[in-house]
Amino acid sequence: MAEATIMVFRGEAHQGGEEKEYTVPVQEGMVVLDALLYIQANYAGDLAVRWNCKAAKCGSCSAEINGKLGLTCKMRMDSLPLEEPVRVYPMKTFPLIKDLVTDVSWNYEIEKRIPPFAPPEGELTMYQEDIDRIQEFRKCIECFLCQNICHVLRTHDRKDSFFGPRYMIKIAELQMHPLDTVDRTELLNGDGGMGFCNITKCCTEVCPENIQITDNAIIPLKERVADRFFDPLLWILRKLAGK
Amino acid sequence: MAQAGVQHSMTLRTDAWWVAPLVTFVMLSAFVVYTTWRIIENQYYLAEPYLSPLYSPLLLLDWWPLSPAILILWAPGGFRLTCYYYRKAYYRSFVLSPPACAVDRGKPGEYCGETRFPLILQNLHRYFFYAAGVVLVFLWYDAFKAFVFDEKFGVGVGSIVLLLNAALLTMYSLSCHSFRHMIGGKLNVFSKCPTRFMLWKAVSGFNEHHMFWAWFSLIVVSLTDLYVRLVASGAIQDVRFI
Ligand code: SF4
Ligand code: SF4
Ligand code: FES
Ligand code: FES
Repeated sequence: MAEATIMVFRGEAHQGGEEKEYTVPVQEGMVVLDALLYIQANYAGDLAVRWNCKAAKCGSCSAEINGKLGLTCKMRMDSLPLEEPVRVYPMKTFPLIKDLVTDVSWNYEIEKRIPPFAPPEGELTMYQEDIDRIQEFRKCIECFLCQNICHVLRTHDRKDSFFGPRYMIKIAELQMHPLDTVDRTELLNGDGGMGFCNITKCCTEVCPENIQITDNAIIPLKERVADRFFDPLLWILRKLAGK
Repeated sequence: MAQAGVQHSMTLRTDAWWVAPLVTFVMLSAFVVYTTWRIIENQYYLAEPYLSPLYSPLLLLDWWPLSPAILILWAPGGFRLTCYYYRKAYYRSFVLSPPACAVDRGKPGEYCGETRFPLILQNLHRYFFYAAGVVLVFLWYDAFKAFVFDEKFGVGVGSIVLLLNAALLTMYSLSCHSFRHMIGGKLNVFSKCPTRFMLWKAVSGFNEHHMFWAWFSLIVVSLTDLYVRLVASGAIQDVRFI
């Protein structure tokens, strides 16, 4: 049976860590998570790996495999060059807890800062064509791969200034909702840090749900921010209309 | 904020991630060098009835001592410079911010994206859309004129090239993200505006291929100019079909 060498990052919070080498038999249809669970079962019972569904739907098993970001339960071993060791690392952008598990709680703190859906009082009617567009954003499984790959958060660590792509689609979903009554444009231009995104599209490239984060959420939101804050003609028209 | 994540080298990627930014760099640089040379050259832009798109509309003004191309190229140039697609392309390939996904270049904290001058001006993209739209009207006029030889209908290679150029630039403009927003994207309730909804859907379809239109039109605009230059300078003869 074919074998693969897997180099797994092993380490604890604040203590650093190092790669450890394991040999794993490769079977047909095997995914990286299978290899990690094999290591856990046969060599390292204390290997920390987060996973739940093994069906690319819970968003728990995000990691960096040979430097590429993905769900370990979706990335097939036969898609990797197995003549070389496969290197598996935790997400770089978030603080390490142990081995492949990181602390993603910063994301939940960001979510709390976004005003929730606020429909008007009374009977509510909405049409399919009005919500088709935002249904794409509801496919998000909160794997945080987009947050992890976004260079604003990953390389420049501007978590103090930018909510990140996952929350841009969250805001788009609310802001484009036909029945929502709250305006989040000011939040986007201020604390949300819309201007920090330079639309280089890594979030879209990495999203396992194929959400067109940049084209369908971020750029349309940037245009809405431009309408409000950067378009002198619209500003004059708004003044003339007394808005 | 201190980064507590696991630190490693610039990237652990083992694939040839540098190829795409390198190709973009070479292609865009070639375009900029060629256009700059053609602007400075300031001749061989007219081979009746063909007018180079780099010089259209042709503004020959007494008080303007430099190349007339400068008077108009700020519009399509600014349109491309502030285009969402090209921003991605040159931020990655020229500024290396980032050079590729999961390839870290730069330091924590040292980044302000498009929040400050001059990059905050990218928000004015829509104004370049309007200005480039005006130029586009002239390019269509030139394309139709390219079918008229001595007041008679005719077709030469140049006629087809100029027509293709105008058509591609139109597709590039129609697939623009700002246009997609203006035409209907800014609405939250489509059901109340069925016409705009229909137009938004059509523009969204074009928009999915914006990168394709951006490159195709860029290459063809250069080749159109090159063709006119070759004919105007006498290096080649225009081939007439009709
Ligand atoms: S497009 Fe914007 S949000 Fe997405 S990864 Fe790039 S900088 Fe981050
Ligand atoms: S948008 Fe995509 S990449 Fe980002 S958290 Fe949701 S599913 Fe994951
Ligand atoms: S285990 Fe649920 S997404 Fe991978
Ligand atoms: S976004 Fe590319 S031309 Fe407007």
